Amino acid sequence: MEGDAGWLSVLVAILGGAIRVSTPYLFVSLGETLTEKGGRVNLGLEGVLVMGAMTGYATAVLTGEPWFGVLVAGCAGAMLSLVHGLICSLPRVNDIAVGIALFIFGTGLAFFLGKAFINPSAPRLPSISLGGWSDVPQIRSALEINVLFLVGLALALFIAWGLRNTRWGLVLRTVGDSSEAAEALGYRVNRVRIAGTVAGGFLSGIGGSYLSLYFPGTWNEGLSSGQGLMAVTLVIFARWDPIRCFYASLLFGGATALGPALQTVGITANYYLYGAAPYFLTLGLLIYSSSRQHALAGAPGEVSISR
Amino acid sequence: MTPVAIAQSREAVTINVAAFLLTLALFGVYVTFLGHNPWDVYYVLWLGSFARMISIESTLTNAAPLMLTALCTAIPARAGLLVIGGEGALVVGALAAVLVGVTLGGLPAWLGITLVGLSAAIAGGAWIGAAGALRQRRGVNETISTLLLNYIAIAVMYHLISGPIRDYERVLKTSSWSIPDSLRVGEMPFIDVHWGLGVGVIACLVLYVVMRRTSFGFGVDILGGNQRAAQVAGLPIDRMVILCCFAGGAAAGLAGGFEIMAVHGFASESLAVGFGYAGILVAFLARQNPAAIILMAILLGGITASGGLLQRRFDLPDATTQVLQGILFMIVLASNACYGRIGFLQPKQKAGA
Repeated sequence: MEGDAGWLSVLVAILGGAIRVSTPYLFVSLGETLTEKGGRVNLGLEGVLVMGAMTGYATAVLTGEPWFGVLVAGCAGAMLSLVHGLICSLPRVNDIAVGIALFIFGTGLAFFLGKAFINPSAPRLPSISLGGWSDVPQIRSALEINVLFLVGLALALFIAWGLRNTRWGLVLRTVGDSSEAAEALGYRVNRVRIAGTVAGGFLSGIGGSYLSLYFPGTWNEGLSSGQGLMAVTLVIFARWDPIRCFYASLLFGGATALGPALQTVGITANYYLYGAAPYFLTLGLLIYSSSRQHALAGAPGEVSISR
Repeated sequence: MTPVAIAQSREAVTINVAAFLLTLALFGVYVTFLGHNPWDVYYVLWLGSFARMISIESTLTNAAPLMLTALCTAIPARAGLLVIGGEGALVVGALAAVLVGVTLGGLPAWLGITLVGLSAAIAGGAWIGAAGALRQRRGVNETISTLLLNYIAIAVMYHLISGPIRDYERVLKTSSWSIPDSLRVGEMPFIDVHWGLGVGVIACLVLYVVMRRTSFGFGVDILGGNQRAAQVAGLPIDRMVILCCFAGGAAAGLAGGFEIMAVHGFASESLAVGFGYAGILVAFLARQNPAAIILMAILLGGITASGGLLQRRFDLPDATTQVLQGILFMIVLASNACYGRIGFLQPKQKAGA
């Protein structure tokens, strides 16, 4: 019987981990959805995420106000992504390569400027307890839900609605599906794409601030282990659909929580391999969902990653 | 070289030099904001990279793995792929070198070193070749898959060195078993740099000749320029793509082999220090030309080599060189927009042409 309880607590830990860990995935994947719907790929969102984590933490340390940190993180992410958007507007510039450059630059800049903030501790973002009905402490802690998680869920619904039903959404999708058609309709393709990229950077920056201000809730150089990059892949898996991004983020969050969850029941062997579960999952899903014959369903026509 | 080729390389050199100067200027502004005199910073950059023999040797030691990891991006790029898996292929190559190396202590040195180098190259080649095969067979985007393979390779390394192949006698640092001393590679004659540099230069030159002077290289260029044209010409596209990926991965794997045989002697976290990512930058600086990689790797090796001195003199964080590399990378990519637009750099048109 004890074994059953052990596995149950692993499941609860994975569930709790999924909720706790998924928020950065959710914000970055929503940001990348906006970017890619406009026809560009920003592989540099990992750099944006780390930069957001650093600026959010630093702001919270200096002002004592974590929500202000979230805002500043978003703005820092938007500024970094603006650089991506501007460079990619030049002719014959490869957006994926610029993303790699932004990844190197953003993480480098964050480590550089954030060196001074590794030691002081910042106030954390508040959370809401939804587990009061249960006596089991694991379930209670699993259902400690951060406000940003709920904001992300609302954003996913809002973006899904906005892409389908607003003029802005239509313009963004048109630009992403065919720049010629958009130009013929009189839209300025590069401006729309820059706007999509900047909005995506804002969301990714917020995703970064969640890492440093809530979970794990510190700032150091090993804070992100490629969540930003995996979120970019997650968008492909989610078929550029914000609501599927939400489900996929939960799935990735659960995979990330697998190693720590097994540790809670004393399974510590192969810890690093379990830690790689999200990468294996991403690669597996990518292999499963790709096809040589046709472009992926739902892919924006101008996005170079799905061809 | 034909006049057009000369004009093209003159254009590339001019634009790259301009990009590099602009990078230094921007970096100067950055350090000025942080309260340092930019001219002092430039002087220390020079001092740490090329000013003295000892700094040149340090520069070349850093350049050696960069040449090999840059090939991991450059060779597939000629076939039209954007591979960024050099970091993972280097780690996989190093792990193969350790696993094979520890079993080969009894062999004569030349044979053992050759076998270890070969296994490192094959491991790295298979690693990136698999990404090429996935792209051709399943349509899996190679940029994303090689990036994921980097993280997987590093996770596998941590798994192995923290248990299955851990050397428990080395207490201060989690690391693998050491390869036998007979398999350690020494310095080249006349210069205090290990043989990885010589192998890197040879690999770049050989691949330059293969890419420029053989029918295989010509076919790859057609494929990289226009996949449909290559199809119409009846080229074996799948095989060529996978072979290019294998060659690139083998180069990066060899870099890992030399990190084991010439630098560390065992696998540890010091393998994944960004040679793979800097190699991507080198490949783009060299415009995916294997011969130009030699020079660009030395340039980047200089930046890496002066990083330590820069940190000590100005009390800067160790991410300083990463910031500098990031700025350089973005400016070099942006400079792609300049090609064919600056009048005096273009080849002269013959009358009536």
